[in-house]
Amino acid sequence: MSVRSAARLNRVSAPTQPADRSGSDLAAARQKQAGRRRLNVLGGRVLVAVVVLGGWELGSRIGVIDKFFWSQPSEIASTLWRWFTEGTDLGPLWEQVLVTMEETVGGFLVGSVLGVIFGVVLGRNRLLADVLGPYIKGANAIPRVVVGALFAVSLGLDIRAKIATAAVLVFFVVFFNAFQGVREVDRNLIANARILGADNRRLTTEIIIPSALSWIAASLHTSFGLALVGAVVGELFGATEGIGELIYLSKNLFDTAGVFAGMALLAATALVAEALITALEDRLIRWRPPVATEVRI
Amino acid sequence: MTPAIELRGVTKRFLTPSGGVYTALHDLNMSVEPGEFCSVVGPTGCGKSTTLALISGLEPASEGEVDVFGKPVAGIADGIGYVFQSDAVFPWKTVLGNVAAGPRYHGASNRDASERARDWIARVGLAGFEDRYPYQLSGGMRKRVALAQSLINSPRILLMDEPFSALDVQTRTLMENELLSLWSASSASVVFVTHDLEEAISLSDRVFVITAGPGTVKSTYKVDLPRPRNVAEIRFEPRFVAIYEEIWKDLRDEVLVSYERQKRGAA
Repeated sequence: MSVRSAARLNRVSAPTQPADRSGSDLAAARQKQAGRRRLNVLGGRVLVAVVVLGGWELGSRIGVIDKFFWSQPSEIASTLWRWFTEGTDLGPLWEQVLVTMEETVGGFLVGSVLGVIFGVVLGRNRLLADVLGPYIKGANAIPRVVVGALFAVSLGLDIRAKIATAAVLVFFVVFFNAFQGVREVDRNLIANARILGADNRRLTTEIIIPSALSWIAASLHTSFGLALVGAVVGELFGATEGIGELIYLSKNLFDTAGVFAGMALLAATALVAEALITALEDRLIRWRPPVATEVRI
Repeated sequence: MTPAIELRGVTKRFLTPSGGVYTALHDLNMSVEPGEFCSVVGPTGCGKSTTLALISGLEPASEGEVDVFGKPVAGIADGIGYVFQSDAVFPWKTVLGNVAAGPRYHGASNRDASERARDWIARVGLAGFEDRYPYQLSGGMRKRVALAQSLINSPRILLMDEPFSALDVQTRTLMENELLSLWSASSASVVFVTHDLEEAISLSDRVFVITAGPGTVKSTYKVDLPRPRNVAEIRFEPRFVAIYEEIWKDLRDEVLVSYERQKRGAA
């Protein structure tokens, strides 16, 4: 994040800065400083991993931590390795990851597209928002993972039930953000667009939606995590494959290492997705000033 | 000749959030000739901005008539430009996208709109900045974008609501001079709202003094200084000083009234 911001700032100020010696010296010094900082951060991260995992491993080896309930990192690693090389009880590992990803991405797309559409429509239409408001708030108050049970019955064991569960979780987060984003559009910008000749359609596509986009984009981070929750919960309610099913199976065999290994896989998936969403957000909201926290002369 | 803008007996009332009625303008009469540069000065909260909202059609009048080129205003009409006090350029559009918005909304093709926008960007001195986003520009540059964005639609009436109040003094003087040269190349009538009497006199043909709220026109002054003017120097001329003193005597009373009210309101 910080590195990318710095690059963006540099690109902007480059043409106006004279390329004198002191300037280039300053830039070099700053680059060196940034490099050192990156190294410190990386070192810190490794240190945290070593302390936590090492402490866990040591604790379980000397008996402070019960291996049966809490497993230990070396066992988790060997389980992962076994899944990776020999496949899981449900089939090859990559198939399980792929199935869960499909459910997650499917639910994420369905939920966020519906959320944006409903949010924009209701945000633009006061009457509709007032009529539907209590129902939406009521529906949102229900612990929504339970609809997973309903979908498992009505849609069966296949992928649709999981997509539906994930979509329901995603929908409300994106909806509320899109709705709020539409409501918070700067009135001056709307007045300006109308004076410049924008009709209602242009107002929606060129002013309201871009303006609401920073709200919507912020919600995408949370909602991808929720889509993953929805997919896994959907698998727990009944499935034949997927990481959630893998965890469920391990649990039934009292194989805590398997549960942890499944969690590690989910975490890795979520981190990769998070990076992808950040990249998407940067593309969507290029016009937003970069956060210039570490860039100081 | 039909005046470009005519307000006759205009009253504007707003509902306050607490349910009361607030009268912003009361029985206001004002007329602006085609091609004329008029300024509106008055104490804070006297309804200067409301006047512009009525002319543009953003707000309807509660009573009285608002005519633009002889026709009553009903909603937002074509041929009006509006430069807002705060930044109203679209932050998610580049300079080019911002300036090209007007022509595109009026049905021009993207290519045509971009071509015209490039021309206007050059005219306001921003050539080379077409691909920048507003956050990458200084306050003065953003005002230039706003100016080009309005002027590209060749408005017959340009409404400006304290457009330069957020700029530093040097940038402001530069922008005022540029505004005058852009205006003289067009045939637009300008209504320029400001709280700065010096700015009002140095730019205008006529200055309207508005009373402390509810606002109405207290008096009108003709500014018979020769054009073209240099805003940076004109304020030292004896005639300028004389006009300034005359208007200020008038304006001071209203400012005092408004100030007393605010003090009482705070107490």
